[in-house]
Parts: sequence; structure tokens; C-alpha cells
Amino acid sequence: MNHLLRELAPISDSGWALLDQEARERLAPALGARRLIDFSGPHGWTHSATNLGRSEPLCSAPADGVSGRRRRVLPLVELRAEFALAREELRDADRGAEDVELEALDRAAHQIAVAENVAVFHGWEGAFTGIAELSPHERIALGEAAEGYPRQVAGAVERLLCSGITGPYGLALGREQYRRVVETAEHGGYPLLDHLRKILEGPIVWTPGVRGAVVLTLRGGDFLFESGQDLSIGYQSHDDSVVRLYLEESFSFRVATPEAAVALTA
Amino acid sequence: MGFDQYHEPPNELPAETLTFARLCASLTEEAEAIGWYEQRIAVERDPEALAVMRDAQGEEFKHFSMDLEFLLRRAPAWREIARGILFQSGDIVEHGEEAEAEALEEGSSGAPGITDGSLGIGSLRGAGR
Repeated sequence: MNHLLRELAPISDSGWALLDQEARERLAPALGARRLIDFSGPHGWTHSATNLGRSEPLCSAPADGVSGRRRRVLPLVELRAEFALAREELRDADRGAEDVELEALDRAAHQIAVAENVAVFHGWEGAFTGIAELSPHERIALGEAAEGYPRQVAGAVERLLCSGITGPYGLALGREQYRRVVETAEHGGYPLLDHLRKILEGPIVWTPGVRGAVVLTLRGGDFLFESGQDLSIGYQSHDDSVVRLYLEESFSFRVATPEAAVALTA
Repeated sequence: MGFDQYHEPPNELPAETLTFARLCASLTEEAEAIGWYEQRIAVERDPEALAVMRDAQGEEFKHFSMDLEFLLRRAPAWREIARGILFQSGDIVEHGEEAEAEALEEGSSGAPGITDGSLGIGSLRGAGR
């Protein structure tokens, strides 16, 4: 048994398979950042820090005639979203029910996916700085009308090219901005989505949690997500009526090339 | 170029499975190349040719190892078993049996094949929506 303590939960093997599958289906579409950045790992729950390859001097030494330096590392953070499910619903699933109530799991999956996206693009105070915050480029205002997006996205791509950042490029869009893009057709009925894809030569990604949009290169080596324990469901406690579970992951994130992204504000 | 690395209709397979299959095919090709160089080196007498082939075989070692590492990252159960076998001294078969038993035991609850208990989502680069 590992740290998730799944064996202690009053959940059958088929019940666990149902919960894991439901979580995967809810998480995958919402984990927009993972479609655009480099992913390393998973390196396991015991993996605690990312090597930065840097060190700092120590002001003292244990004896005369020597000096010392201390390695700098980036600690992994743990992200957790708790939820509770009715045991009666899980018993019905074991009986073959097809419409099991798993809304709490769905909500937790969405929340943790949004949190991961926000951490990557806008940072996590005290943990790491996000892509949009670190970008040295002047922010571009998207405006209200989606018809103007091609001009602004093309402008962002041009800024990246001027900085020597090659493509292909990806576009992370917040919920509202994504909706506007999908529902908009330009003059002649040409879908805006296709026009933007041609400019970027890369994907347009629904990234709930992103404020506005971010254009970034997909060439690799610029935005580094290091996974310790990848997203998992663990067991917390139970009583006669509910079982309390959680979704959890550990990770670090760092930006190697701040100029490889341009933030577009809502 | 053929597409026979796919055992099932490619249009029915998810993107991550296609990628996994491509790397499995690549791993096989690198292993074959290593074996071929081994045979050539065994019979070659020209020192210059030998040096070239040893260098080329080193490239194949690198390619094979990169393919393997990629696949192990995408298949946690495989990684767990490999961890118990690779770079260990002692009886290889014994290590293999132990690693398999431990991996299967840990994976007996939750999703089959994922021994760390995770959902096995990993990278979504290139995944379709």
C-alpha cells in the first residue's frame, strides 16, 4: 500500500476503476497547460525538489582553509482537492447503475485542473512565478471583439520572432476568450479558429483559469513542468454514509526563457 | 513507408497510443541495429572500419536508451518492473520475478497497469481534444 491508502477505502475494484476513469475524463480536457509546456516525470511521491544547477555561497565554513556553497533547488509543491461521495451511490455502481452521482469528483477534478493552469500561467505566490508574469514583452490588450484577435495574436507572434523565438506557437485561451473564438466566423464565413491556427502553426487550447490569453512557443525547453506524483485519487476517511477522498499531485514549474511567451490581457 | 507497427486500425487509436506504438517500433529497430553492428564488428579486421562501426553502435545504444526511457515514462507499470531489474547486480531472473510480483501487488487496487496509483495522465502535448 502506498501513501494514497486506497486499500483502506470501502470501495470495490470496479468502484475504483469507475472513479479513476471519471477523473481522467474530467481532467484531460481541462489540463490545458499540459498541452503547451514540457512535462517531465512522473518522478514519484518521494521526489521533493528540482535541480536548478545553481548554488549560493555560505557565509561560514566548518573549519579554517575551506569554503562552502549550498545548492539551490526548486521544491515541489503539493496540490490537493478534497471531495466526498455517497457510499450508497458507489454500492449502486457495483450493482451496475449507469448514472452514478459523481458530481463532487467532477467538481474537484475541474478545480485542481484550473489550479494547475493558473500556477503555470499566472504563478503561485511563494512557490513559483507564472509564464504571463515573467514575460518581458509588453502586454497586448485583446479587447472585447473576437474579430480583432488575429491581429493581436499575429502581433504576439511577431514579437516572439523579433526576440529570436521560433515556432510553432500555441495559444492558451481563458474560458470566455475561447468561447468567443469558437463562436466567431470572419467575413465570408471562415472560422476564426482556423485563421488563428494558421497564424500560430500550432494548437489553440481551452485553458480554464487563464486570464485573457498567452501566446507561447512550442519548440521545447522553455517552460518546464516537473511532476513528482502525477494526479491521483487518494483515500482520507469514511463513515456509514460517505467516503472522503482527494485528488492530489506534486510538481514544480519553472520558466527557462521568459521572452518565449507574450501575455494578452482580457 | 509502411504503417505495420499498428496492430489495430490507427484511426481508432488515441494519439498517445499511436505515439507509444511508434516508439516501440523505434526501440525494436535500434535493438536490431545494435545486434547487426555486433555481428559486423565480430568479423571485421580493418581497424579503421571497426572504429567507425563501434562509433555507430554507440549511437544506437543512445537511441535505444532514449526510446526506452520515453516508453518507461509513459508506462508506470513497466517503469516499476524495470526499476527492479535494470542496473542491479545478482540474478536477473530472480530480480525480474520479484519486480513483477511487487508491481502486480501494488497495482492490484485501482487502475490496472498503473502501479503508483496515479491516473496516468502525464503529458498531453499532441493529444487531441
